[in-house]
Amino acid sequence: MNFATIGQNIVKLTIKYWDKFLITGMQYTISLAALTVGVGAVIGALIALLRMSRIAPFRWIAAVYTEIIRGTPMLLQLYLFYFALPQLIPFLNKKQYLCVAIALICNSAAYVSEIIRSGIQAVDIGQTEAARSLGMNQSLTMTQIILPQAIKNILPALGNEFIMIIKDTSLASTFFIGDLMTQCLLIKGATYLTMEPLIMVAVIYFVLTFVLTKLLGVFERRLRRGDVR
Amino acid sequence: METYDKLIQVKNLKKHYNKGVIKALDGVTLDINKGDVIVIIGPSGSGKSSLLRSLNLLEEPTEGTILFEGVDITKKKDSNGKKLDIDKHRQKMGMVFQHFNLFPHKTILQNMTVAPIKVKGVPQAEAEKKALELLGRVGLADRAGAYPIQLSGGQKQRVAIVRALAMEPDVMLFDEPTSALDPEMVGEVLDVMKKLAKTGMTMVVVTHEMGFAKEVGNRVIFMDEGKILEEGSPDAIFNHPQNPRLKDFLSKVLY
Repeated sequence: MNFATIGQNIVKLTIKYWDKFLITGMQYTISLAALTVGVGAVIGALIALLRMSRIAPFRWIAAVYTEIIRGTPMLLQLYLFYFALPQLIPFLNKKQYLCVAIALICNSAAYVSEIIRSGIQAVDIGQTEAARSLGMNQSLTMTQIILPQAIKNILPALGNEFIMIIKDTSLASTFFIGDLMTQCLLIKGATYLTMEPLIMVAVIYFVLTFVLTKLLGVFERRLRRGDVR
Repeated sequence: METYDKLIQVKNLKKHYNKGVIKALDGVTLDINKGDVIVIIGPSGSGKSSLLRSLNLLEEPTEGTILFEGVDITKKKDSNGKKLDIDKHRQKMGMVFQHFNLFPHKTILQNMTVAPIKVKGVPQAEAEKKALELLGRVGLADRAGAYPIQLSGGQKQRVAIVRALAMEPDVMLFDEPTSALDPEMVGEVLDVMKKLAKTGMTMVVVTHEMGFAKEVGNRVIFMDEGKILEEGSPDAIFNHPQNPRLKDFLSKVLY
């Protein structure tokens, strides 16, 4: 075994499996990540609202949820949801993709809630005071003054979360969900080659996240344009 | 509508932190009459800002009462069990902050119209007309479409003042309005405040500008350690101070 043959194998495998395995894998990985961040953002926003609520029990519930999710391994959460959900909710029986998606969403929501909370709290307290002193109530202050400013803190961090989730979806391959990592395992099974498929999907993961990071950078600069202090 | 000679009556107001270890306000009693221009002076940490910020409940006092236009705004419910609508009262108390606190994502015009439109339900065209007129009065009509970031400190503070005026308040509260300004911009803001005082607006001003206190104020209040130590006309306070701590304070700030 030498580098030349590894290289040749990678080229051969890529050509052979591109359509059937790798494209499919990318579709699964990206759609799963997008679904996770999309729904996770909505639920995360709700948790963030609870976390900043004036009613103490709401704050506790949100805090406990966030801490448990952040304090346990994601792989463990996946196992738990994968095996427990179908038992609790018969509808989810044999719906592996959905179970994994729900696990990822619940995980991401906890992180997103922290992103949103810190994004909101990063807005100067003087903005709230100015709005309230003008007679604006709490919800007007939030929607008119705080959120439009917080969004500039939140969106870039949400983009980073998307990139993180793209990588984290690889854990879903534990249950052969069809994502890139699953395809890697399938190619390995079909060819008895280990290193080559791993390197192939590594390159794909890297290109995906690298391009996204760069796009995000452009987007972030555009957001920041015009409010240099 | 009823008129009140005494616009705001503060009785035995206390604001304690850390269960009374720190007494930001330690029993302040003060009447603010219609048309008063009250200037509050005192060393930093004396409770001037706490008092001002208590008047519109940006700080919740620990004890004491504040009657604003006859209503005790420190009580969450009145005697009939009706909930206090603090937003309603805040609309009548304009506030100007040390750091301007303009809304950076809105234009100057939007800064001035958002509250009248959203809170009072003024039609947009009318709110904008009024805002432009107010901007004209402080010489900034041509900057209506600009964003706060494009303005100088003095311009920002002038906008902050007319933003508060756009709500047509009964009293204006100024919390060290010139302290964050470059020296050459202090004058333009004080000029606007002087003009405002001449229109008969009731004003409460926390400031370190002793010249302004002498010239514009009709009552000057000296605070230290959460208490009002001396109160009187500018002449009495500056030319015939009685309290030793006021004498000491003046010797440090007047040269």
